[in-house]
Parts: sequence; C-alpha cells; structure tokens
Amino acid sequence: MNVVVCVKQIPDPADPGALNPDHTLKRDGKLILDESDSYGVEMALQLVDKAGGGEVTLVSMAPNGEVSGLRTALAMGAAKAILVSDDALKGAGALDTAKVLAAAIKRVEGADLVLAATESSDGYTGTVPEQIAAILDLPSITFAKSVEIADGIVKVRRQTEAGYDECEAPLPALVSVTAGVVEPRYPSFKGIMAAKSKPVDTLTVADLGIDAAIVGWAGAGQEIVDVAAAPEREAGEVIEDDGEAHLKIVAFLDELKVL
Amino acid sequence: MALSKVWVHAELTPEGNVAPISLEILAKAREIADVVEVFTGADGAAVAATVGAHGATKVLATGDLSGKLQGVHVAAALAAAIEGGDAPDAVLLGTTYDGRDIAARLSVKLDKPVLTNNTDIEVGDGIVVSTQIFGGTQIVKTKFAAGGPAIALFRPKSFVAEETGGGAAEVAALAVPDTGAAGAAKLLNRHVEETSGPKLDEAAVVVSGGRGLGEAGKFELIEELAKLTKGAPGASRAIVDAGWVPYSYQVGQTGKVVKPTVYIAAGISGATQHMVGMKGSKNIIAINKDPEAPIFGIADLGIVGDVHKVLPKLIEALKAR
Repeated sequence: MNVVVCVKQIPDPADPGALNPDHTLKRDGKLILDESDSYGVEMALQLVDKAGGGEVTLVSMAPNGEVSGLRTALAMGAAKAILVSDDALKGAGALDTAKVLAAAIKRVEGADLVLAATESSDGYTGTVPEQIAAILDLPSITFAKSVEIADGIVKVRRQTEAGYDECEAPLPALVSVTAGVVEPRYPSFKGIMAAKSKPVDTLTVADLGIDAAIVGWAGAGQEIVDVAAAPEREAGEVIEDDGEAHLKIVAFLDELKVL
Repeated sequence: MALSKVWVHAELTPEGNVAPISLEILAKAREIADVVEVFTGADGAAVAATVGAHGATKVLATGDLSGKLQGVHVAAALAAAIEGGDAPDAVLLGTTYDGRDIAARLSVKLDKPVLTNNTDIEVGDGIVVSTQIFGGTQIVKTKFAAGGPAIALFRPKSFVAEETGGGAAEVAALAVPDTGAAGAAKLLNRHVEETSGPKLDEAAVVVSGGRGLGEAGKFELIEELAKLTKGAPGASRAIVDAGWVPYSYQVGQTGKVVKPTVYIAAGISGATQHMVGMKGSKNIIAINKDPEAPIFGIADLGIVGDVHKVLPKLIEALKAR
C-alpha cells in the first residue's frame, strides 16, 4: 500500500496574517505543517501499517524551498517528499495548485491512494483535492470522517450537512479527510532525527513539464481588485462576574424578548 | 449591466426539499442576471415549483443519481452542456460538501478558476466576488479574468431568500456523459443524525460551548441552557475535534454559519475560525474566564467569569421563571 499525502506548509496561524503589496498572503517567514494535514499524514501511516507494507510520500508546494513543515511530517513517519517551489507560482489559485500537485503525484510510482485535508487553514477553498482527482481522472470521496481499506476498495464515511454517507471507491482513488479522522501522533525524538536525512526532491514547474505561463499570476484567471477592512463589530459591556452576572444575562435576554 | 444568464445549483436536503442556501443564491442571481436557471443532480419535477417560486425559469436535471456521488456526475453533465453551446455567464453554488465537489470538477473540465467562500457578487466591469479573510476582518474583491463561465461558491446566509410568485420552472434533461474511472465511487447508505429542537442554522437562540467547559460531560450545561431558551446547542471546532460532540454541532469557518437573534458563547475564546461562523449574530453574549479572550471584542454583553459557576446559576434562574 503506497499512499501519497498532499501537505501544505503555512504561516503559523497563531501569528496575525498579513498581505504583500500584490495582495498575496505573506509567506516569507518560517512555515509550519498545516495542522489539518497532520490528520492525512497519520491516516496514511496507519493504512500503510495495516496493509503490512508500502510507504507514505508527501507532496507539497511552497515558496523559497521551504521544508520545515515537510520535516515535521517526515518525523511522524513519512518516507520521502516532493516539494515544488518556484517563483512562477506566486499568485497561484486553487486550480493552479491542483495542476502542480497532480503533476508531482504522477511522479510517485505505484500510488494506491492520494490523501489530502479537506481544506487548508490559510486559503480554505476546499476545492484542491477534488480538482487533483479530476486532473488525475481518479474517483474521489471528499470530507471523510473515517477511512478503511480492504480488497482494493476504500470505504469512507463522508461528512454531510445532516450526518454522513457510507461511500466506497476502487483504488487508486483520492480521499480528503476531515480534522479528527484519527489522532495525529507527535513525532518522536528518533523520528525527528531520522527525518533530517529523509529524501526531499525539490522541483520547479519546468521539472514537472508545466508551462510557467499557465500557473501563478500568469494563469490564475483572477485578479484582486480591492482589499478593505470589514465593518467592525463594536464591543459592548464587559463585566466581571461578582456572583450575580447571570442576572445580567437574564435581563439582556428579556430585553431582546427571546424568553 | 446585467449578465444574460446564470446557473444556480439547486441542492437538496435529506428530506428532498431545495436547500435554503440554494434559495438564498437564487435571490441574488435574479439581481445580477436577466435569465436564471437552476441545475440539480436529482429529479427536476420535484424542485420545479420551489425554484420557480424563487425566480428560476428552467431546471436542468440529471434525474435521480442515487448510489452515485454528485460532484463528478453533475460536473460532467454541466461541462457537456456548456461545451455543447449552452453556456451561462456564471455558475453559482453554495460552499457545501457537494457544491465544492461539483465546482472543483467543473473547473478542471472547463480549465477555469473557481472562487470559494464568497459573501457577495457584483457585476460591473466584469464579475467581482467578495471574500472575507483573516477571520472576517478584511474583505477581498476578486474579478474573474479568464472569460467563460465564472464559477463561484457562496457561504450560507450571504443573501436573503425571497419568493417572486413565479410559476413552476420548465424541466429540461441534463444528460450525464460516461464518467469512466473517475465516476467509480459509490454512495451506499445515508445516515441522518437525529437532532431534537430547532436547527442550529435556523434557531433564534444559539448556545455554544468550547474548551473552557473543561470536559465532555459539561456540555450538558450547554444543552440544558439551549432547551430553556428554545435554542440550539452549538460548539467550537476544538471540542468537536476532541470528540465531545458530533461535527454537526460545529459553528465556524469549517462548520455552520449562524446568524441568530442571540448567540451565547460559553467557554469559547473566539478563534478566527469560530468567529467567521457567528459574528453575523444580532446579539452576542460571551462568558469566559480570560478577560483578554478575543470573543469579548465582539460581544454585546461580556461576562468575565467561570462558566461552571455562571451557567448553573443562569439555568436555575431561567427554570425559576
């Protein structure tokens, strides 16, 4: 069982986000593994383990040859990584990203399953996994809350508005997993040390045979025309609970006539 | 300037009704286009009256797709229709599970970008959509610059649904071409999680709990308060990920968007991921022991205190009425 996991390296969500003058997200500081992707990495490791063999390969697209987040996932247990890093990708939209990741996935031989998070924590379009599946002409099941594999078939509980759907697809297939699908492990000290020497293949768009003119700003097919502050919501009254604060809440609910 | 024609996704609820988000988008579509048609991955006759009453003149329907996943099949059908010459100026869908799948597959078929999580759309010098970023503190406007159908997904409750009094829409067949290997996934069974009381995204009062509750068992306090206020219980992503409550309770960027009359946030600090889903509430009450919690920045009434003390007293006070 060979599994490819798409992972994104993002600015630390704990830091305030900022935009560059060209309206792209500032990504020049250290990037970390998107927490949403740790679930896919863990899922992949468990599936390979259960199958009794195979390996987990990571694919990622990031500026400046960034590998910090990849090292975290390698420390968890992934075997190797492909990183696509190219200035031509600045301004890339979801479809461009999918084209790049799909081309990188094609270089992994014998991949039975492609996993991804449902959406990244910074861009959160939620379309990239399904776009990758479309480009690779794979069946896909998105928004998985559980994943099992038996006899060449992946069985998934797919999140819905009202509950979940039981779905299945023959391998090879793509599955996007929700946060909480499994409990991600913490990298061990041994894992962290081992990750330092695991192979990371860094590629440009030209290496992937992609024309730089169809990705990034050049090919995004979208143009940011304005960025403005949203109307602010004003803070109201904030009080310390003196043991009677619940009465304030009751009075407020009364005033709003919801009781 | 208005668009000539747009297509809106008519998504169905498990009960078979047209989903509120589809009717919301229909209201906006009428504002920006001369002709509004819907498409659905279901039987067209079942939705014709409802979408007609909300301004659609035609339903493009694949017919029943039971046992199949919507995304790959509906997208293939739309792409075939568009390549056949029946191209709209824009294809509008909700940012839902199936909406994202359909839009993603369609964008690859047409090689056009898809813009997600929008809260507004304007037509002037081109088609421009608005998206909130950084927890809703900034709004980005993006223009579709690739020509051809603009594919846009909208957050729930971005628009207000409104009936026009129109008659039933005409039903037309939307042929699904062979989807080959990509269409091999199957839908075997549907499970609906039973909930009692009002729906989270429709309730006048929403009471949500977060990590400040301390342990899963304390979510009872949230449920009891919700019951007493005839509201719906909700949750932050933190406690959903921790497995305390099902995903269907989650309010936020990756969960439900709610705009109740009153939103009570108990033990929720106010991560941007949560705030995006509830800051449109008419009134917000927050209870948190950390006076620096970001939630107090948007609360109409903020109580700096321990939820384990405030909630039981609040529940007793309401029971005594």
